[in-house]
Amino acid sequence: MAEKVLMKGNEAIAEAAIQAGCRHYFGYPITPQTEIAAYMAKRMPKIGGVFLQAESEIAAINMVYGVSAAGKRVMTSSSSPGISLKGEGLSYLAGSDLPALVVNVQRGGPGLGGIQPSQADYFQATRGGGHGDYHMIVLAPASVQEMASLTVKGFDLADKYRMTAMILADGTIGQMMEPVSLEVEPPKVYEKPWALTGTKMARKHNIVTSLFLQPEALEKLNIERYARYRIVEENEVMYESFQMEDAEICVVAYGITARVSKNAVTAARAKGIRVGLIRPITLWPFPKAALAEAATRVKSFLSVEMSMGQMIEDIELATRCKKPVTLVNRVGGMIPTPEQVLSAIEQAAGGDR
Amino acid sequence: MANKQKTTRILIAGFGGQGVLFVGKFLAYVGMAEDRQVSWLPSYGPEMRGGTANCSVILSDDPIGSPIVDAPDVLIAMNLPSFQKYQDAVVPGGAIVLDSSLINEAYARKDITYFALPATQMATDEQLDGLGNMILLGKFLEACLPTSGELIQKALAKVVPAKKEHLLAANQKAIALGRAHQG
Repeated sequence: MAEKVLMKGNEAIAEAAIQAGCRHYFGYPITPQTEIAAYMAKRMPKIGGVFLQAESEIAAINMVYGVSAAGKRVMTSSSSPGISLKGEGLSYLAGSDLPALVVNVQRGGPGLGGIQPSQADYFQATRGGGHGDYHMIVLAPASVQEMASLTVKGFDLADKYRMTAMILADGTIGQMMEPVSLEVEPPKVYEKPWALTGTKMARKHNIVTSLFLQPEALEKLNIERYARYRIVEENEVMYESFQMEDAEICVVAYGITARVSKNAVTAARAKGIRVGLIRPITLWPFPKAALAEAATRVKSFLSVEMSMGQMIEDIELATRCKKPVTLVNRVGGMIPTPEQVLSAIEQAAGGDR
Repeated sequence: MANKQKTTRILIAGFGGQGVLFVGKFLAYVGMAEDRQVSWLPSYGPEMRGGTANCSVILSDDPIGSPIVDAPDVLIAMNLPSFQKYQDAVVPGGAIVLDSSLINEAYARKDITYFALPATQMATDEQLDGLGNMILLGKFLEACLPTSGELIQKALAKVVPAKKEHLLAANQKAIALGRAHQG
């Protein structure tokens, strides 16, 4: 195992992207993700890669479109307001079936909001982010190590399914430092016969576009795309299950709130409360089966989020509302404390013990 | 406090420029050198932009849940606003290491230990201007986190960048001053 280095979550994303073979980064600075761009600015020129600070987020996502169409691994990163600006580009990438990695280190919103951590872009990310029928693969790291490993995974999934993979992190995970091992397997290379690499007069030219004026053709493409999404849903769900074996209460949380919740679960266990945690690592595809299974044996769920209640809808859908789901939240850049979650767990267990 | 706990939650707070994050990083490297779990989380919000900074560091023998230190075992307070803001947050039985050159206020708690030393003044006296943070760090290491000289060297070598190697000796001296401080 490679020696561990102390790194910020944002830096770990950047280094892992380089290890995964990404040589093109386009971005525009915004707190709390600017370290990604800064790292790329330093490293890319040294390894023959491209770092470009675009004139805007919209420009950056369209540069991503261009490089992806040429068959190369490419990424951009931003934070909440910047991701909204990229929304059109995300839709175009999906409509053209182009792989890309997009990082959202979320901050409080709506609007320009604040700069402190948030998870209020859950709907935006898991429902695609732009117009039209489409999904992105959404990965939610909860540690600096996962910032690295899910970045590598994201590039792989993006190429495999010709989709955008989004790293949905937050300001805390982006800014914190933890020891991280950056030993990455050599990236798997995917054939991209659709890429615009020049015909060399040896083949018919490729067209990458999201414009299809014939409704019959466009309908067919949408249906085919969703058949591919079904395969992703069947094969690529990731989640962590913690102390769920005999749990009567199931806490559901991702990213930083999952770590806060873990403290609370451990404290509640010490008080004899049978509680566990399911931590979705992929937010799309959502771990529906794991939650549906949990719903057959727990009494209730808690959804711990830094939003006004977004993931809670996916929990209710996945469990078909079989068991009550209570929201435990802070918003606007505030982070729930383990005590807040613990007290919600105690309430769910039937008052203080 | 002198015995090493399974988990130590440390909050370091002061003005921007006092080396709050640097001290935190040093402690993270101490933890790494001992093969412990570590996390380091800076404040990066409006408070930082207003001049104060703080940094949460956790050293643990177990995997670390939340990296946020709301209730520190030890507070390293480098200025008065930080002392006032976080004094009450320290867990019962915990400690505050504080710079008495900048913090002249009654100690309100009976259930925690105060380690006070005039770090800024000591730094000036010893021509170590700007290294009051490392003097406080020395006191912290002596009082709250027993650490061998060898380990301190190791962590310093990691945290002082190569191009600032000439500052190593001054940092060492500052830590030693803090460790030797009586009272």
